[in-house]
Amino acid sequence: MWVLLVLVVLVGLWMVSAYNGLISLKNQTANAFKQIDVQLKRRHDLIPNLVNAVKGAMDFEKSTLEAVIQARNQAVKVNASGAEGIKQISQAENALSGALSRLLVTVERYPQLKATGNIGQLQEELTSTENRIAFSRQLYNDTATQYNTKQQQFPTTLVAGLAHAEHTDLWEIEDQAERAVPQVDLTRR
Amino acid sequence: MTSPDGNLFQQQEANRRRTTWLVIGFVLFFAWLGFGGDYIWALEGHHPFPWLGLAMATMALIGVRYAFKTGPEKVLWSTGATELIDPQTDAERQLANVVDEMAIAAGVPRPRVWIIPDDDPNAFATGHDLRDSHIAVTRGLLAICNRDELQGVIGHELGHVKNLDIRLMTLLAALVGAVLLARDGMGRMMGGGMPTRGGSRKSKNAGPLLATLIVLWLLSWILAPLVIQLLALAVGRGREYLADAMSAQFTRNPLALAAALAKIEAADAPTQAIKRGAAHLCIADPLGRRLTNSEGWLADRFATHPPMSMRISRLKGMGYAELKKAGQST
Repeated sequence: MWVLLVLVVLVGLWMVSAYNGLISLKNQTANAFKQIDVQLKRRHDLIPNLVNAVKGAMDFEKSTLEAVIQARNQAVKVNASGAEGIKQISQAENALSGALSRLLVTVERYPQLKATGNIGQLQEELTSTENRIAFSRQLYNDTATQYNTKQQQFPTTLVAGLAHAEHTDLWEIEDQAERAVPQVDLTRR
Repeated sequence: MTSPDGNLFQQQEANRRRTTWLVIGFVLFFAWLGFGGDYIWALEGHHPFPWLGLAMATMALIGVRYAFKTGPEKVLWSTGATELIDPQTDAERQLANVVDEMAIAAGVPRPRVWIIPDDDPNAFATGHDLRDSHIAVTRGLLAICNRDELQGVIGHELGHVKNLDIRLMTLLAALVGAVLLARDGMGRMMGGGMPTRGGSRKSKNAGPLLATLIVLWLLSWILAPLVIQLLALAVGRGREYLADAMSAQFTRNPLALAAALAKIEAADAPTQAIKRGAAHLCIADPLGRRLTNSEGWLADRFATHPPMSMRISRLKGMGYAELKKAGQST
């Protein structure tokens, strides 16, 4: 009799802690997703400034600039949520990332551009913005993976229904160039 | 890649527990210094009320509280660091950005950033918890590191923040300072010699017990600063490896941190601005002690930092494993 009671209490305690762990991970995942939004918004706000700053100096690379502006406007327009939303947003944002990295490459190609005005500073801002987005995506993917693993693993999976835990989509990298391994150059300063 | 993720909560819990034990140990030690003195006096037939013990215990309690509250401030102040609020130069702007980025990667609130006016490359983190944390780097570090390497170093410091290493380490640094101060003050008072004078007075139960007590008590006083410094060492070299691994997890670029550590090691002049009391907080031992670079039992116990070559080779191991994995999947 007593053994049974102790067993029930133990199982109850375990359920509470497993449930709370899942809820905490769920909220962390949601929060990490919001963090990506914040960083994307920051990038959208930065791009007009960037384009204005380089417009005068880069008459000759009109198409690169226009691609950036277009991709930015496209990305701002996307306003969806849910699993489908993640796909749409990530598609638009990946296109923008591609356009921006082409712009960065272009700026690299003209050293005299970097010397003029505050382009170097803008370059730093742009690099940082791209990094922020990449890192917020990474945090989201890490947290979501942890959440997904937890709710599938036995025995936590038994309380997954109770906590309304659902499989969360990861933020996929669609751009092949981004997927490639970056070259690590240790000699560079 | 080894994921330190599962370790995180254990590590935080362990650090909370160690902090509590440190506080308890510190207060008990001072209570012993005080009540032990009272007891010796009582054995010699002096007043029975434990004034000294109560005073010492209260002082220790207030001291710990004060050390905990003002610890980060004091540590930063002792290095002469100034807060980076409005970045002016390119290097400062980059530092502010890198800290923002790594805080995002680590999923912690943005720490406050400080710059230490010293040409030797080094960095440390301090603070109470995730919401109140500080990262300080020297000018020398900004000068020799490129963006990726700086990311690695800041990632390492944020690893300490996320682990709550900062809480334990900062309290320890503050206590080391407090004990050194108290020792100096008390040493002067004891120079008047209350226990030494006791010998001239014949008391009823004087004997081996009293003698041992007096010796023990005196030894405690003399050894107090040493004990506290041993505590600083006992917090272990392991947490540097863990912070390195966490940095690799945040940046996904362990080779950059390895390169940064190699550069820091190459410039092995001691970091003048960072004093002995805060040495265990730093990414590289600022005192440039030779013990740090040796292996074995003695070094494991008496050096605050693991050998740089070991840290670098572990990071490189992670880096190559990652490259290999990526190479296979494409």
